[in-house]
Amino acid sequence: MENPIIRIQNLGKEFKTSAGQVRALDDINLDICQGEIFGIIGLSGAGKSTLVRCINYLEVPTEGDVFFEGKSLKQMTGAELRKTRRSMGMIFQQFNLLAQRNVMKNVCFPLELAGVSKTEAKRRAMELLETVGLKEKAEAYPAQLSGGQKQRVAIARALATNPKVILCDEATSALDPNTTKSILSLLKEINKTMGVTVIVITHEMSVIESICDRVAIIDQSRIAEVGRVSEIFSEPKSKIGRQLILGDAAGQVKFGDSKQLRIIFDGRESEEPVISNLVLACKVPVNIMYAQTRDVGGTAMGQMIIQLPEDKTDGERVLHYLDTVKIPYEEVREHDI
Amino acid sequence: MTFDGATLQMLKTGIWETFYMVLLSSLFAYVIGLPLGIVLVVTDDGGIHPIAWLQKILGTVINLLRSVPFLILLFIVLPLSKIVIGTRIGSPAMVIPLTIAAGPYVARVVESSIREIDGGVIEAAKSMGASDWQIIRKVLLPECRPSLLVGAALAVTTILSYSAMAGFVGGGGLGAIAINYGYYRYEAGLMWVSVILLVVLVQIIQEAGMKLSRKGDKRIR
Repeated sequence: MENPIIRIQNLGKEFKTSAGQVRALDDINLDICQGEIFGIIGLSGAGKSTLVRCINYLEVPTEGDVFFEGKSLKQMTGAELRKTRRSMGMIFQQFNLLAQRNVMKNVCFPLELAGVSKTEAKRRAMELLETVGLKEKAEAYPAQLSGGQKQRVAIARALATNPKVILCDEATSALDPNTTKSILSLLKEINKTMGVTVIVITHEMSVIESICDRVAIIDQSRIAEVGRVSEIFSEPKSKIGRQLILGDAAGQVKFGDSKQLRIIFDGRESEEPVISNLVLACKVPVNIMYAQTRDVGGTAMGQMIIQLPEDKTDGERVLHYLDTVKIPYEEVREHDI
Repeated sequence: MTFDGATLQMLKTGIWETFYMVLLSSLFAYVIGLPLGIVLVVTDDGGIHPIAWLQKILGTVINLLRSVPFLILLFIVLPLSKIVIGTRIGSPAMVIPLTIAAGPYVARVVESSIREIDGGVIEAAKSMGASDWQIIRKVLLPECRPSLLVGAALAVTTILSYSAMAGFVGGGGLGAIAINYGYYRYEAGLMWVSVILLVVLVQIIQEAGMKLSRKGDKRIR
């Protein structure tokens, strides 16, 4: 990556609590490229909310540094930092709109802070409200809006100062599935049309799946793995990655004594009758324990867990077949999932 | 008891004295208490600009002042009135002890109003590059305006009841009438009239505060 818009370097964060030191983040290194939608996923308590707050220095890291367009946030004075924050919009799970201001004035708020003239702020706010489809609600107050509408106002507000990055902290976690979908597609549209880099923090795999280009999986304060969403979905390497992506397989597969294999399909192989060919070629039956396909970035991704016959030579024949046709597979044991 | 012209005139003067004593004291109490209340929240651990020692000292001083009974405070502070206003009796002299008693109270009322604001909103303002001063002016105060108004009604009625006590030490107003005529001269009728007038004043202030608060609150659909 030549020019990451955000570079997170050896970042660590410790909190002092009554129970002693708590390590929320440990040695985090991430490069986020200009124009991508980058996901950060983890279970609750993994440190992802702290991480996103370190990106705009709402939380000051105890170790390491964050660079925005090559400039160290650590070195910045208070005024420089506030100015930089205007280049990084942020939206929240609870929307955090000003309850005593109407929609229009909420969107004008960051412009007011930046010292933009009232008429100019109003013009820009109207433009943004049109983008998010809430022009007719300009005079309404937050209490009169639905959750999805509130988040749209929050997005318009975050965009007001023409930021280069938008940080989304669990932005869809308080919304129902349909509203989530529409908010996500709005974010994607903003990313495409305005070229705004979007960083999405979530605990929902479906959010990552539907909009992200790359993803980092965070677990116990550390980055477990980073990569393109399609790669991580087809072949999660870390334990937490498997748990997050293949999680629902765990409950459904009962492990017998014989060997079990996970077969991974990328887009090409899902069009071939892999299992049928295998059975025909090896002349042994296999037991399909679990199968799943997903649409990731337009290509079908999938995985299947099959159980081999008890007979050792039969099993080896299947493995040999998979090797020769170059279908990726791996052995699964109970503790792997 | 007879309600001749002189009595009525006296009651009118009493109402006027009570009115300006309470108005001036409330005004000064807010001039002192509002900034103090803001500082208490802002400098607190987890506030937008934590300064532990300042918070601690302010909190202690406010608690000290608030724990002195108002009548005792009156006696302690009246010499100060003599210096500032030139006299230690009459309604103007009472404004000083009233302000000193009510200032810390107002600070606590304002503090609790500001603390009601959701931390997420402050965080959002920070993420937009707001300075501490901008957060105070454009987020904290406007967002808790309805609560501040309810608090103001509470504070002003408290000041009103304090002002009635000032009658004991030579202050004026309705309280003085109730004490001087009702208590010292056994004119129960006049005492009750003064008390009823005080009750009516409290009702008016309380209602006005609540109405203003509700009317300005945009959280209500």
